[in-house]
Amino acid sequence: MLLKTEHLTKNFGGLTALNKVDFEINEGELVAIIGPNGAGKSTFFNVISGFYRPSSGTIKFMGKEITNLETHNFARLGIGRTFQTTHLFTDSTVLDNLIIGYRSKTKMGFFDAIFYSPRSRREENMCREKAEEILDFIGLLEFKNYPVANISQEAAKRLAIGLALVTEPRLLLLDEPAAGINHGETTNLANLIKKIQQSGITVCLIEHKMKMVMNLAEKIMVLNYGTKIAEGTPKEVSENERVIEAYLGGVEHA
Amino acid sequence: MLSFLKEHKFKFIGYGLLLIIGIIFPIVSPNRYYLTVATLGFIYAIAVYGLNLIVGYLGQLSLAQAGFFGLGAYTSGLLMLKLDLNFWLALPLAAIITTILAVLVGLISFRTKGHYFVILTLCIGVIINLVIEKWDSLTGGVRGLIGIPLPNPIGPLEFKTLESQYYLVFVFLLITIYVMNRISSSLLGRTFRSIRNSEDLASTLGINVMYNKLLGFAIAAFFTGIAGALYASYIRFLGPEISTHHLTFEFLLFLLIGGQATVAGPLVGTLIASVITESLQFAQEYRMVIFGLMLILIVRFFPGGAVGEARKLKVKVTDFYNRRKAGNYPSGPGAGSSKGKLGVPSKGESHVTKN
Repeated sequence: MLLKTEHLTKNFGGLTALNKVDFEINEGELVAIIGPNGAGKSTFFNVISGFYRPSSGTIKFMGKEITNLETHNFARLGIGRTFQTTHLFTDSTVLDNLIIGYRSKTKMGFFDAIFYSPRSRREENMCREKAEEILDFIGLLEFKNYPVANISQEAAKRLAIGLALVTEPRLLLLDEPAAGINHGETTNLANLIKKIQQSGITVCLIEHKMKMVMNLAEKIMVLNYGTKIAEGTPKEVSENERVIEAYLGGVEHA
Repeated sequence: MLSFLKEHKFKFIGYGLLLIIGIIFPIVSPNRYYLTVATLGFIYAIAVYGLNLIVGYLGQLSLAQAGFFGLGAYTSGLLMLKLDLNFWLALPLAAIITTILAVLVGLISFRTKGHYFVILTLCIGVIINLVIEKWDSLTGGVRGLIGIPLPNPIGPLEFKTLESQYYLVFVFLLITIYVMNRISSSLLGRTFRSIRNSEDLASTLGINVMYNKLLGFAIAAFFTGIAGALYASYIRFLGPEISTHHLTFEFLLFLLIGGQATVAGPLVGTLIASVITESLQFAQEYRMVIFGLMLILIVRFFPGGAVGEARKLKVKVTDFYNRRKAGNYPSGPGAGSSKGKLGVPSKGESHVTKN
């Protein structure tokens, strides 16, 4: 088991955004989290990527408890993520964006920098090679010298995923990767996600595009009002009474 | 090697020019007054380089800069006056003590962000200034420290003349520029810039934001401390006013004129501002009114400063030639519609948003 949460709870003042969520992600899986708006999906992501401290409950990653680590250590242990609104370093080029992603694997410090030590040169090359490798993987190598501001929405989405991939994650969290892009592009993106999984990285995504989720995911967790209401294969989940109720408002069950 | 030279053509030309002009300036300078202005300008420029690291590269608007400058100056001055220390011992000690204090300040102030950080550092600057002003028995209070010795000679090299002091400061300036250039073009500079861009994104990439902010703050304070120590032995008199926020805002103005997050910006800005200051002597107190107006115009119309705007212009010109050569610029990935021009992102089309 790669990641395991137990009784994960997050309160914002009086609001319980996550309520005792137990969830497991196994190595190599492609998992999706769905739920109506405000169900706590992004909060769940923010907690398991170290952005928010949970109010209670625990997170275990590769058997080790990581609940109270600092954000940057989550990344160092192998949890990579993207954001719902595409986060990139806006004032640099496509390649430069990815180079910094490999920084946590390097060790060079201030004195390496000022003396231009062999280590700093070696690590700068390492970062560049890794960045180009990932650009090739996500299909953006030919645009490496473009300013990020000049690439399309879909390319920016790919680049954001690439940025998470550069950190060499074992678990990749994708927060609405297909938001705001058209149908054809969604198919391309789904293929990329599949390709990431096939390369051995465990993927967990939040997505509203149901068709994409149903085609991609092996396991789905459904959240509503911060509580897990269902978990299972796409088929099981889509036939689950409580899920239908949550999505359709439960008029029939009054 | 040749391609390396070609790629960094502008950098080498810049360094060459700086070196040549810097060396021949005292020889061709028509009067000693210009030399005084240049020496002081170089000292300030070193402090502005420190500020640039925090404000420009890390994106943290620290207003404690003059406090650190004053701290470096007073530490060096007191070590030389009261303990009879050699300048070459007092200077590094002043820099180190300033750095240690900066790390302590950073540990507290980097717990805050945005406006809170700005206000907190402003207060820290004020506290340093008050300590210097009120600790009469040590610092001489408002009367100041008088008669700080000249830098001690290194073998046959003496620093009694204005020219020799000028060259001394110039060497320190060159070292500072070299270090800043190395930081800027290394992974460390990338790390700092990524924090300025988005702390959230940087931390999800495994970058320890707090540590890197502290590191940047410490390096900045080290050079600011050096600038202070050089000032002490150059002016040879210290008053508490060198640690007030007025000086911080002047440093900030120099930085904005020159261009933040650029390697040449602090020097260019400081020199431009020094020339303007000297040519506005006739306006006396009203000088600040003119400076204020300038600041507004720069922030509004030339946010990149002299160096930043020049760089933008260069990108535009290169783009223009590329277009002419290629007929048209190739379109971006999946960009059937024409996107913004190279290097000139059009606001409406920017697909990249921040939280």
